[in-house]
Amino acid sequence: MSTLSKSICLLASAGLLAAAPAYAGKTLDAVKQRGQLVCGVNTGLAGFSQADSQGAWSGLDVDVCKAVAAAILNDPSKVKYVPLTAQQRFTALQSGEIDILSRNTTYTLTRDASLGLHFLPPTYYDGQGFMVPVKSKVKSAKTMKGATVCVQSGTTTEKNLTDYSRANKLDLKPIVFEKQEAATGAYFSGRCVAFTTDASGLASIRNKDAKDPKEHIILPELISKEPLGPAVRRGDDEFEAIAKWVIYGLIEAEEYGITQANVDEMKTKSQDPVVMRIVGSSEDTGKLVGLDKEWLVRAIKAVGNYGEIFERNVGAKTPLALPRGLNSQWNKGGIQYAPPIR
Amino acid sequence: MADEIAASPPRGLAPKPPPRKRDWSWRSQAFRGVVYQVIALAVVAFGVWYLASNTLANMQARGIRSGFDFLLQPAGFDIGESVIGYDAMNAYWKAFVVGVLNTLRVAVIGVVLATILGTLLGVGRFSRNAIVRGLCYAYVEVFRNVPVLIQLLIWYLVFTEVLPPLTDAPSLAGMFYLSKAGFSFPTPVWGLGQALAGVGFLVGIAISWGYRRWAIRRFEATGQTASLVLVPIVIPFATAFLGWLLGGAPTAWSIPKPEGFSMEGGASATPEFLAVLLGLVMYTASFIAEVVRAGIASVAHGQSEAAGSLGLTRGMAMRLVILPQALRVIIPPLTNQYLNLTKNSSLAVAIGYPDVVSIATTALNQTGRAVECISIIMAVYLTLSLSISALMNWYNRRSAIKER
Repeated sequence: MSTLSKSICLLASAGLLAAAPAYAGKTLDAVKQRGQLVCGVNTGLAGFSQADSQGAWSGLDVDVCKAVAAAILNDPSKVKYVPLTAQQRFTALQSGEIDILSRNTTYTLTRDASLGLHFLPPTYYDGQGFMVPVKSKVKSAKTMKGATVCVQSGTTTEKNLTDYSRANKLDLKPIVFEKQEAATGAYFSGRCVAFTTDASGLASIRNKDAKDPKEHIILPELISKEPLGPAVRRGDDEFEAIAKWVIYGLIEAEEYGITQANVDEMKTKSQDPVVMRIVGSSEDTGKLVGLDKEWLVRAIKAVGNYGEIFERNVGAKTPLALPRGLNSQWNKGGIQYAPPIR
Repeated sequence: MADEIAASPPRGLAPKPPPRKRDWSWRSQAFRGVVYQVIALAVVAFGVWYLASNTLANMQARGIRSGFDFLLQPAGFDIGESVIGYDAMNAYWKAFVVGVLNTLRVAVIGVVLATILGTLLGVGRFSRNAIVRGLCYAYVEVFRNVPVLIQLLIWYLVFTEVLPPLTDAPSLAGMFYLSKAGFSFPTPVWGLGQALAGVGFLVGIAISWGYRRWAIRRFEATGQTASLVLVPIVIPFATAFLGWLLGGAPTAWSIPKPEGFSMEGGASATPEFLAVLLGLVMYTASFIAEVVRAGIASVAHGQSEAAGSLGLTRGMAMRLVILPQALRVIIPPLTNQYLNLTKNSSLAVAIGYPDVVSIATTALNQTGRAVECISIIMAVYLTLSLSISALMNWYNRRSAIKER
């Protein structure tokens, strides 16, 4: 699609903004009535959101959508996925085209405070890194003085790159592409010395798009904090609470050892008061967010706890083989920390 | 009018004209006309008001900030290439200026090159040489019928895939390099000599212009011919050379040299710029060729026969008789092609050239001001297009047949 026609799309979205009636606090009703959660995802990022040849979506971001759909609609398959580019994503959420945006989106002040949306807890703590060809013999980003760097537009990446370049006097030259495929294509053709995006994205691209993944290395420097999290529209506290606590629930489920496999057993047998609250065998925590007792059981049954989601999509046994690192539980050296479900 | 006449005292015996009655009924064509216009205006005004106020209200309801105040804040992102000094700490408006200038750079150079190439191709279609004719025909058909975005991508692929990497870039005499980093060439170190050469060149152009006027007037008065092409071209270069000598004939050049990951010294045209320029020029030239061909074909055949019978050579007939007449037909559609080239330059973002659309997209994402950034893009293209139109209309009026 040409840029102008994309601009027209954006304008059309703006037109949608103009046409839609004022709208607040109705997302849950709309989702229930429609029998479907509309979820904005990445157009294709291995491990986070990708569609297979049958059109079935999978990935860490996709699992968040499934968990929320399971909690609300009792069926993780009742999700309509809307693939979005980096530029389309916020307008799509603002205009009501999607209910929840789960698309490796960095949580920042500007976005949280001025785009008419609220971020949910980060589901993946990431950092921006560089990928270079092995044969360039670059071992550290600090030695790339004057290098050209390919980057996709519409991300926080450009700004981080500039900050890093200035702070280290590297004089890096960004070449900005509209589409990720064009940016990676230019990098793999050798136009740029390095390609930059979030480290998880680099692993995904190296694995999926490189002719030989071994010919490229990801440099050790992480130049930014990139807490990636889903977001919902501002002004709908009810729906925001559901989505937020489903995510916390999945994180806490891992902490207390509740898995996809044992959740039913835990429901009937566990005497641990924390577990009993999560699986709804004692208090009805669902009532507090406008759902029923079994809300978290359904979410866990659909996609597993946070640790299972991580390992299944991006963990050590997957082609991406991302280390758990910052995304470990708080008591295991990471920073994934869910406020208590009580 | 009617009232004035009615109010003035009657003169002489002239009978007072009957007061013209305004017909406020639906039968009056004038009245209906006014009503229709008022309705049309009201509908447009209401539509604009509705969209604007509703957008604002909805954006406010959703907590989306709006306004152009962000233009004064620091942009915070680097831009790959810029014709003016730009730094990431500069304000957003300056980043936009850089983008507009990058767009203009492609558009202006592109228009000039496409016009030259297109005219040559168009004239070539009338060549007596079958191979030249055939090649021009083939060129037009190939380049006109492949979408311009594809052409841009192909050119970019050629530059990034086929050319060697910077580290082992072949050079011409250690001066010119062609690699994945683009085309690098030496530039003179700017000094008094170069400045004077520039001044000399401008002075030379003024002299040439005066010389041509004088030569034409003399020809019309006395019939004595003088060179109207060669001499006016030589003069500016001669005066530039004089200026350079006057400035001490400096010979210092900044020569490009691969240094680490970039070229040191000289200047470079990036592959992105070259690909956008080549793609747009080749594509638009094929259309201009057709416009030129149609213009020439529109001049009656008798004109070239008449020119021939006056003893003009084919080249002279083309230059003095055919083209001036064809120009009147060529200019309006040519304007369209210029507009198309300028607007098509927005496709540059697909291959990483930082034109105004690319900058606006980045700004849009950093600030989230979608409506504002898209409005800026629209305003920029509207201004560019209307300026080109105005300029071409002025030229069109100048070259139109003067009715005496």
